[in-house]
Amino acid sequence: MNRLNRSMLCVAGFSALWLTGCERPSPETIQGGYRGLGMEQLVNKRIDAVKAARNEVPAAIPAAPADGPLASSVYQNIQVLKDLNVAQFTRVMVAITQWVAPPDQSCNYCHGANMASDERYTKVVSRRMLQMVRHINSDWKDHVGATGVTCYTCHRGNAVPQNVWFTNPGESSTSGLIAGNAGKNKPSAAVGLTGLPYDPFTMYLLGDKNIRVVSTTALPDGDRSSIKQTDATYALMIHMSESLGVNCTYCHNTRSFAAWDSSTPKRTTAWYGIRLARDLNNDYLTPLTSKFPEHRLGVLGDVAKVNCATCHQGVFKPLYGVSMAKDYPELQGEMNRTKTAAEAPPPTAALESR
Amino acid sequence: MAEYQNIFTRVQIRAPAYPGVVLPRGAWVRQGRGGFSHLLGRFGDAQIGPVYLGTTGLLSLLCGFIAFEIIGLNMFASVHWNPVQFVRQLPWLALEPPAPANGLHFPRLQDGGWWLMAGFFLTSSVLLWWFRMYKRARALNMGTHVSWAFLSAIWLMLVLGIIRPVLMGSFGEAVPFGIFPHLDWTAAFSIRYGNLFYNPFHCLSIAFLYGSTLLFAMHGGTILAVSRLGGDRELEQIVDRGTAAERAALFWRWTMGFNATMESIHRWAWWFAVLCPLVGGIGILLTGTVVDNWYLWAVKHHVAPMYPHVFPPVIDPASLPGALK
Repeated sequence: MNRLNRSMLCVAGFSALWLTGCERPSPETIQGGYRGLGMEQLVNKRIDAVKAARNEVPAAIPAAPADGPLASSVYQNIQVLKDLNVAQFTRVMVAITQWVAPPDQSCNYCHGANMASDERYTKVVSRRMLQMVRHINSDWKDHVGATGVTCYTCHRGNAVPQNVWFTNPGESSTSGLIAGNAGKNKPSAAVGLTGLPYDPFTMYLLGDKNIRVVSTTALPDGDRSSIKQTDATYALMIHMSESLGVNCTYCHNTRSFAAWDSSTPKRTTAWYGIRLARDLNNDYLTPLTSKFPEHRLGVLGDVAKVNCATCHQGVFKPLYGVSMAKDYPELQGEMNRTKTAAEAPPPTAALESR
Repeated sequence: MAEYQNIFTRVQIRAPAYPGVVLPRGAWVRQGRGGFSHLLGRFGDAQIGPVYLGTTGLLSLLCGFIAFEIIGLNMFASVHWNPVQFVRQLPWLALEPPAPANGLHFPRLQDGGWWLMAGFFLTSSVLLWWFRMYKRARALNMGTHVSWAFLSAIWLMLVLGIIRPVLMGSFGEAVPFGIFPHLDWTAAFSIRYGNLFYNPFHCLSIAFLYGSTLLFAMHGGTILAVSRLGGDRELEQIVDRGTAAERAALFWRWTMGFNATMESIHRWAWWFAVLCPLVGGIGILLTGTVVDNWYLWAVKHHVAPMYPHVFPPVIDPASLPGALK
């Protein structure tokens, strides 16, 4: 083989590598919708193996016996888990220690010498978080289904979940006569390193600004949604896509993002997910703001809040859909001593009796 | 003439530099005597210069420079005048148009006023350059085809930047100056108006864009292929057809049943290139002003095909009784 042929072969080889899209191994395509519509998901086995290792579920703590005295009759200052017996209560405490508390602090992360005392803010926050977990599992089945959530869904062994957000006020130094950046045009990890608006969360997951910007009529009929609003909606959608490790066609038929009749059922689940995050941020996290020490707060003094990534962490279903919650009836909602978890009282009853 | 057969340029003409035809009259003269560059000669003509700037050329460069500085310095300021961050973040940085609430008022500089000024100077620069192009063609006693083709591109730029925003009643509808941000704008524009792929003028524009590349490849390939037979003298062969023209024509009749001529192929190419931004601009102009959702428009007119459902029916949760907001 002469030199020319060899170099041409090299060029052809490199071109072929380059054309595969710089991704190894070449991703597999899984068809989701009707054939020919490109409703496909890309699967990269190498990246999935890394994700799978990060999403292994810890072994369940052995179930607690259903009888025994109520924890509230034995311990003092029990406000939320009053329905649990001592064994169940202890089991929840052990689980929280494994899932949330830093290993070097263990019980001391929340409790002082007097276990009943509320002197540590972490205990006060945990109490509200337990209510939140029960609220999600009993009132948000539209999003979490029968899979449910536990503390581990978000915390994964961290005192503060790795994926939380604070309101991003942007840069204040672009003042005077210099043009502002309209809350966008920065490589922001929150929106997949795009230049889209870097804080769609304050707008949509704390506030309830209108996400729907696509006109519902063929001809103009008063819809004044702007391109800048669309940028913000787009930013929220990129966040969802990145958080779930899926592309747009997981929920949408992209020929019409707005049309529900050509969307997949997953879009409904996601719709409830947005409302779930909004509910938690407004009713559970924001009211805790004054409880947290300053170093736990954002630059505007706001509390750490949840978005899709908080639970999902790059996977379409948190922990690949493995239900940890089924092993923890204590976290499902108020325990009824004569019924099993599957026959738990209606969610509203559980809420009101708190 | 075998050199012409190579797909890379191998012929460089070397003769005393040609200063160009005598200019009729004017305040400016051509600058320099012209020199040669071997390297540039591998890509185009080896002769560089003399150059002619002229009043319109100078004003155009000045306006272009002002627009470039307004955009660049605002970007630079947005990274706290840090040169390293300026280079790293450059693709993300932008100068944004005013907020939609501003409507068509002239906002404060920091709220979009800079954007309007940059747009004004960029538009002035481009229009002055267009005028210069027109006048230079006239000065050389040429036709003005190139300037009209350029005007077609300017039309698209003005539709995006000023004509459509004015019709919509908001400068906020216009495109930001920035690398990624203007691409995000493009995607957001299509999303907001229900998928631009269902806009027939967008379809036409794409057809002319891809058609242009196809024609370019067909024409370039044909002329190179018959240059050994004298096909490189294509202009002479418009009126005095030689064997090169006959063979090229026969080749295309054999392969696709029809052929352009040595003259008409250039009209094909010019019209395809001109129509690409021309119809594209019409498509943008109609979006939001005449049609608000191209997908629904296509459904209404039975353009969008319907596909079988493979999922259980999906209902908008917001439409259910007692739905959450």
